[in-house]
Amino acid sequence: MASEVLVQTEEPRVNYLTNGHTVKSWLLTLDHKRIGLLYLFSISIFFAIGGIYASLIRLELITPQGDLMTAETYNRVFTMHGVMMIFFFLIPSIPATLGNFLLPLMLGAKDVAFPKLNLLSWYVFMLGAILMLITMMTGGVDTGWTFYPPYSSIYSNTQVTLAGVSIFITGFSSILTGLNFMVTIHTMRAPGLTWFRLPLFVWAHYATSLIQVLGTPVVAITVLALAFERTLQIGIFDPKLGGDPVLFQHMFWFYSHPAVYIMIIPSMGVISELIAAMTRKRVFGYHFVAFSSLAIAVFGFLVWGHHMFTSSQSMYAGMVFSLITYAVAIPSAIKTFNWTATIYKGSVSYDTPMIYALAFIGLFTIGGMTGLFLAALGLDVHLHDTYFVVAHFHYVMVGGAIIGYLGGLHFWWPKMTGRMYPEIWGRISAVIIFLGFNLTFFPQFIVGYLGMPRRYHAYVPEFQVWHILSSAGASILALGFLMPVAYLLWSLKYGEKVGDNPWMAAGLEWETSSPPPTENFTYQPIIDHDAYEFEHVKEIKEAAAKEAALRTA
Amino acid sequence: MTGALATARGTDSPGFGQLPMSLSLLFQYEFIPEQASKFAMEVDLFYLALWLMTIVFSIGIAIAAGIFMFKYRRKSAGEIPEQIEGAMTLELTWTIIPLLISLGIFGWGAKLYYQMYTPPKESLEIFVTGKQWMWRAQHPDGQREINTLHVPVGRRVKLTMTSEDVLHAYFIPAFRTKADVVPGRYTTTWFEATKPGTYHIFCAEYCGTQHSGMIGTVTVQDPADYQAWLSGTSKESPVLAGQRIFGNLGCVTCHLESGTGRGPKLNELYNQTAKLNNGTTVTVDDAYIRESILNPMAKVVEKYEPVMPSFQGQVSEEQIQQLIAYIKSIGPKDAAASAQAKPAASPAAAKPATPAAAKPAAAPAKSE
Repeated sequence: MASEVLVQTEEPRVNYLTNGHTVKSWLLTLDHKRIGLLYLFSISIFFAIGGIYASLIRLELITPQGDLMTAETYNRVFTMHGVMMIFFFLIPSIPATLGNFLLPLMLGAKDVAFPKLNLLSWYVFMLGAILMLITMMTGGVDTGWTFYPPYSSIYSNTQVTLAGVSIFITGFSSILTGLNFMVTIHTMRAPGLTWFRLPLFVWAHYATSLIQVLGTPVVAITVLALAFERTLQIGIFDPKLGGDPVLFQHMFWFYSHPAVYIMIIPSMGVISELIAAMTRKRVFGYHFVAFSSLAIAVFGFLVWGHHMFTSSQSMYAGMVFSLITYAVAIPSAIKTFNWTATIYKGSVSYDTPMIYALAFIGLFTIGGMTGLFLAALGLDVHLHDTYFVVAHFHYVMVGGAIIGYLGGLHFWWPKMTGRMYPEIWGRISAVIIFLGFNLTFFPQFIVGYLGMPRRYHAYVPEFQVWHILSSAGASILALGFLMPVAYLLWSLKYGEKVGDNPWMAAGLEWETSSPPPTENFTYQPIIDHDAYEFEHVKEIKEAAAKEAALRTA
Repeated sequence: MTGALATARGTDSPGFGQLPMSLSLLFQYEFIPEQASKFAMEVDLFYLALWLMTIVFSIGIAIAAGIFMFKYRRKSAGEIPEQIEGAMTLELTWTIIPLLISLGIFGWGAKLYYQMYTPPKESLEIFVTGKQWMWRAQHPDGQREINTLHVPVGRRVKLTMTSEDVLHAYFIPAFRTKADVVPGRYTTTWFEATKPGTYHIFCAEYCGTQHSGMIGTVTVQDPADYQAWLSGTSKESPVLAGQRIFGNLGCVTCHLESGTGRGPKLNELYNQTAKLNNGTTVTVDDAYIRESILNPMAKVVEKYEPVMPSFQGQVSEEQIQQLIAYIKSIGPKDAAASAQAKPAASPAAAKPATPAAAKPAAAPAKSE
């Protein structure tokens, strides 16, 4: 992607991984790549915890009776599943790991704009996470991740205040990351790297940062108000104290709907990169894909009321929120069509990242289209708070966000470690995840329409068959998630050592060595062309030359 | 739905006959819940139309991606395909078509929503109170039930609901209706049951430990059976109960019928506009009466001193509903008339429902 000023001949002896081996060199690092790995390590643990909770839910729901655990326990389990997955895995997942690692590399910068703030954000995140672990060990929370009062503020006798403090603190790490990324993208681009030469991954992170900075303070205010009502009996949400419970829902969703886009937009950025690299094609309709991220971020702030169609919010307000929600659907559709069109006349590789990209397109299409069901006012009255909603957001959050995250992790794994994961296992596990996921969540659309409400510890017997299918799928899905853990760790030591650019991809991050040196580039990259121009990739040229030589021989 | 609710699976169901064979398979294999209200059919049609659209789009994308994947698979390691910038015509096509489809879905959904959340003027009105973890219902003639709801077939039923504690939601899948039940305010939902049977009531808004136990059944009965049920249960009409509470709490000592008491007279007041001491006006509806009982200082009627004490904690939501019923019964004649449940136009409802409709009308007269 860059025309090199200095001729780069040999791999630097010290890379970011070998630059210091002490614990201190990791815990006090200002290197965005190491901070990215710190996040990767932390959120993997929280994903595992959230996953254990998910398994408990699926085990309980195999039978209609609440027989595996008590109702008290079950309510804590599904709450902790949601809290762990959303606040401690999905929100930081791609931005804090892949984003942290790649953004400066893609911009041709030495680091993010504020390296110390970057490290601080990880410590703030860990402080919040430790408080949540303490919450968990002292009984957990039973309010659902949505913390609706007056149940959460007055009636629940679980650790709501502590959990609120934890989320309040964790929010600041998200704000710091977003702020850092915005300033980095504005000020640290290499010479010649104009806005419309940026990879779409960077555009996606810019849009995400916007939401993190503007939205997160609102949820901080909301949980603070909740904590005040709970501890000091200040009437804000409980009508008995003069408050309004629906006000909480407005404030909560003002952040928490955009937060959904914090989780999915970075994943869309990853998919754009994967498809471009795996098909060796410039992303079709680059400008449309770039601006659709921003459009989602901006419109995303105006649709929160679609979570409240049955809440007693005004009927006409509901209509406005529904209409704007359909406006947000359009940029998502535009992306999906452009990705598909990118494959057209490409040079398509079937490697693991492409399988993840295809899985994303399929699952996100279903996730997005079922969102249209829920935004349809008269239909949402029936669907609201049923398993249809559960299925929909898992299609978007797992089928979208996590699939993108895993695809990105595989794609940039050789960049991060210098070693390749075993390709065959990568493909097998991607297919298992895809199949297991569909078996887990598709039945939930059906049982949801039949009337199965969310957050039910026990249910009426006629729903059982769908729950059995779902639990069976969950065990396959769990296997699919465990496999990458095993072979990625294995590859750290035994994986094949590969060159700097094993995918022959066109991104600036592939021009430096793998793993990169601490300062990212041993030269100053200067950019004179757009993103995704494959004729500049020297590995492809070499491969072509080799093939030509073979043919003449 | 089968099992415990076997009775719900009637032999002949009006909804089924109107559907083509292929669609009725969806019921047979239980992809769609029982259709037991006027809304059910419309909601299902909408739902199936959206699935059709989802399938068309998903398969379209899958076929396109599949063909491209196969046809353009990488043939040599050094190849660079011809680059395509994009195409404005295509971009516009796949922006405008989804936009138009979206607007269509929006319109369809909004129309249905408007019907669902605009209760009919004439309906059988039942009060519902949610409480951790039970549903209480109170009929116009005073019959009360817990975790069950008896309604006649073919008659519009409006539920006016509130909660004693946390948020709940009253969800009847077979009717395709749902509304949150919110402490501190009244919410309403309505339906017209089309098929006798027994259907689930679920609490759909998480409300604490026994949330999944806050379930019940709605029994839709032929008008004659409904009448039999009504007369078989003990009762004190809400109007009479309200009048009794009105006396017991001492409301009667200030709100004199003559209008000369320390509080405004309450007869001929319901649904009227009252002038307040801050110059604004308010409609004397259920919400205002409730607020005035619990928080009398909020909106004081013009020319009266703010002297009324709050009855917060002294009256239950059910009792407030009874007080409202009483005040409604002594309201202006037309308001009282519209509040009465009138039999629906359908002949099925007409004959047996008449005595029921006559009773509440008689109640205030008896009490005077």
